[in-house]
Amino acid sequence: MDALLAQVFTGVSAGAVLLLIALGLTLTFGQMGVINMAHGEFIMAGAYTAYVVSLVVASTELSLLIALPAGFVIGGLLGLALEASVLRWMYARPLDTLLVTYGVGLVLQQVARDVFGAPAKEVPAPGWLDGSIPILGYDFPLTRLFIIVLAGLCVAALLAVLRFTALGRQIRATVGNRDLAETIGISTRRTDRATFFIGSGLAGVAGVALTLLGSTGPNLGTSYIVQAFLVVVVGGIGHLKGTIVAALGIGLLQAFFAHALTGSVAQVIVFLAIVAFLQVRPQGILSVRTRSLA
Amino acid sequence: MTLTVNDLRVEFDGFVAIDGVSLTLEPGRLHFLIGPNGAGKTTLVDALTGLAKGSGEARYRTRDLLALASHRITRLGVGRTFQTATVFEELSVLQNLDIAAGVHRARWRLMLPRRGAPERVAEVMETVGLTELADRPAGVLSHGQKQWLEIGMLLVQDSSVMLLDEPVAGMSAEEREETGELLRRISPGRTVVVIEHDMDFVRRFADVVTVLHAGKVIAEGTAAEIREDAQVQLVYLGEDA
Amino acid sequence: MSMKKLSPYVGWLLLAVALLVLAPAVLSDFRLGLLAKYCCYAIAAVGIGLAWGRGGMLVLGQGLYFGIGAYAMAMHLKLADAGPGGVPDFMALYGDATVPGWWEPLRSGAFAVVVILVLPALVAGLLGLAVFKRRIKGAYFAILSQALAAAFAILLVGQVKTTGGANGLNNFQGFFGYALFDPANKRMLYFIAAGILLVSILAMAWLYRSRFGELLVAVRDGEERVRFLGTDPANVKLAAYVIAAVLASIGGALFVPIAGIVSPDDVGVVASIGLLAGVALGGRASLLGPAVGALLVGYAETSLSEAFPGSWSYFQGALFVLVILLLPGGLAQLLNARRGNSVSSRFLRGVPRGKQAQAELPRSASEAAPEEAAAR
Repeated sequence: MDALLAQVFTGVSAGAVLLLIALGLTLTFGQMGVINMAHGEFIMAGAYTAYVVSLVVASTELSLLIALPAGFVIGGLLGLALEASVLRWMYARPLDTLLVTYGVGLVLQQVARDVFGAPAKEVPAPGWLDGSIPILGYDFPLTRLFIIVLAGLCVAALLAVLRFTALGRQIRATVGNRDLAETIGISTRRTDRATFFIGSGLAGVAGVALTLLGSTGPNLGTSYIVQAFLVVVVGGIGHLKGTIVAALGIGLLQAFFAHALTGSVAQVIVFLAIVAFLQVRPQGILSVRTRSLA
Repeated sequence: MTLTVNDLRVEFDGFVAIDGVSLTLEPGRLHFLIGPNGAGKTTLVDALTGLAKGSGEARYRTRDLLALASHRITRLGVGRTFQTATVFEELSVLQNLDIAAGVHRARWRLMLPRRGAPERVAEVMETVGLTELADRPAGVLSHGQKQWLEIGMLLVQDSSVMLLDEPVAGMSAEEREETGELLRRISPGRTVVVIEHDMDFVRRFADVVTVLHAGKVIAEGTAAEIREDAQVQLVYLGEDA
Repeated sequence: MSMKKLSPYVGWLLLAVALLVLAPAVLSDFRLGLLAKYCCYAIAAVGIGLAWGRGGMLVLGQGLYFGIGAYAMAMHLKLADAGPGGVPDFMALYGDATVPGWWEPLRSGAFAVVVILVLPALVAGLLGLAVFKRRIKGAYFAILSQALAAAFAILLVGQVKTTGGANGLNNFQGFFGYALFDPANKRMLYFIAAGILLVSILAMAWLYRSRFGELLVAVRDGEERVRFLGTDPANVKLAAYVIAAVLASIGGALFVPIAGIVSPDDVGVVASIGLLAGVALGGRASLLGPAVGALLVGYAETSLSEAFPGSWSYFQGALFVLVILLLPGGLAQLLNARRGNSVSSRFLRGVPRGKQAQAELPRSASEAAPEEAAAR
């Protein structure tokens, strides 16, 4: 019973990390069609932001709380810069954005290596996240619990923005029908930028959160990005709910197989499970067109 | 070889697009399918060609089309065109037709290069009047020429049922005329079904007209009979009918 | 034959002279060895040109197939080095000095060659069937293929006892009876790699001119249209994907005796995308572009890393951004523009955004809209 609970918890917390990363991707990939491989490097930038904040702010207790919004802004600004400089020219070729943003990611990694050095950096966790709390006889580490709560808050915030704000309505309208949105006076350029800012900002937040789980190096993002894209694929195009379910499902699956077998075999099995899943439910990726096949 | 549609229903998430349509599409005559926007004309063609899932039956040569994948339906001899002409823009007219003609070739011959224009392809280019443009990329063709190329692609396949979705939409008056003549030339021996809005065109060329409205067949007959039909007039109120 | 039909063969001939006559005459043994390595990448690149350039499938995980070939060859070489019944050195180091059952058949060189040619075809065939038949394409296919390469690399790292783990397999003594430390044999390996590269380009030239080549372009530009012409586009894509996988595997197999090592780093996500760099640079849809691009990128990587350590990441990053953004047709596009036949490929230019939605959204999209809105 304890072992099972521990696996569920490990799975949920791994899923929460995936969800934090995939949330931003659902926006930029699912809703804008941009396959942003540099999303991983925005995560890394968020993590380094936490590192810099921890150097500047003396109080370990406070630095995490400052780093979270700072990470959001840094990630968001990087996203804006990427959108304005490169991606805006590429909307006609969504598949090609993958390679372009991968190139941008390579450059960002090297910048991090040149600025911060190749060795990984540790960011001290605040004292109030030290230790664990026992639930049903199992000790839950507070850091992981914090990440689960943070992921929940980010989902809620994103939902609220999309549903209740003018910006959210514009984003939904633009995604729904770009031409129509333009004719009713929505600046789709501005909406694109705002979407990209939010999506990339969420990557920054994820990066800050990751410093609670391990050290920060230039390659931090690359280890997560592939899985995060899988989450978005399984979740279905731009479906927020789907993304949540997919992130938790993949996290749980990984945790169970990793416990029963080994971590590496678990990854392979999860991949095969995803391919199998897409056989049964290719919805959201099934492309059937009519009237015009252009 | 008659295509018999029996009680066809197509539903999208509760919305009934085709509501129990039964039709008999016979060879040797130009069969027009008309009806206001949203009547289900294109959906009907989609269902017959495997693009939309439907229930009921569409019997052709002992097979039920509704149970077959799109490419198998084509191989059975039921071909279609699309509202927005879709040709391979980077490939030449000749290549477009040659690819269509591929259904009749053994698979291993895919590995061989094409030499010149196969006889059947040359013949069809003559029929649809594109011989002079054989080596031009299809992307540079006019809208009308693309439609002819699409019809040509069905001809090289020797489709015995041709479902044409608004082939003359956006064409000039002369192009329409030529297309009508072309349809007349090819209709003997095969079933040609044309979705059309332009009633003048329908009157000039239709042998049989079926009127669809809200997913149902509301009338069938010659153009003249349809014109007198009270229910059709009601549906087309305000339109030229 | 017209000039237009001849020109690719002129280019091929120039490349053949450069690789088989010029390079061996002017390059040192060390440089020739490096060029041999680039040739291995180029063989994989030729396959990528077919799948990506002609077929429109962004194959992000070719490292998997490169790795299958490489590991099959490396396992055979290790077993051959160990002698009949012998145990490869690293197994004694990490494990219990017994050869696992699935290694045993690879003692036979002939079987290793069969594995190198057939296994990638089987894996690509299975994955391709699963993916293309379900009409999974575009970014989804790219992401899945990438994840597969990532999973493969992770699997290799995890199995230290049987695959050498993160260190991979290295320290090979012989290649089918020829000692690998002998410079003459290394030159022979170079000629084999260059020869296979040239032959694979010729095979591509044939494929591009065949009806299959025309059909593949048709599938790339109008997959659904092809379906309504009576051909299942999945089969066409499958064939191209399998050919690309086998070429990558051959490149990987030759890479092992030439580079003297194969490790998970050569098969993972980074290596897989690295293979695309040359293809993009040379011109993905052109005949010679992928191979020439791969050779150039290999050369650039070595010389830049020698001159300015750490600069390669910047260069490769910039290359991806600039080439894909400004020169999607690669260097071949420049040549074509000079000759006056500008590239007007929609595949390279892209589709205007409004049209895209129309073209890509599933039919049920409009009907599913309320549900979608609710989900957001």
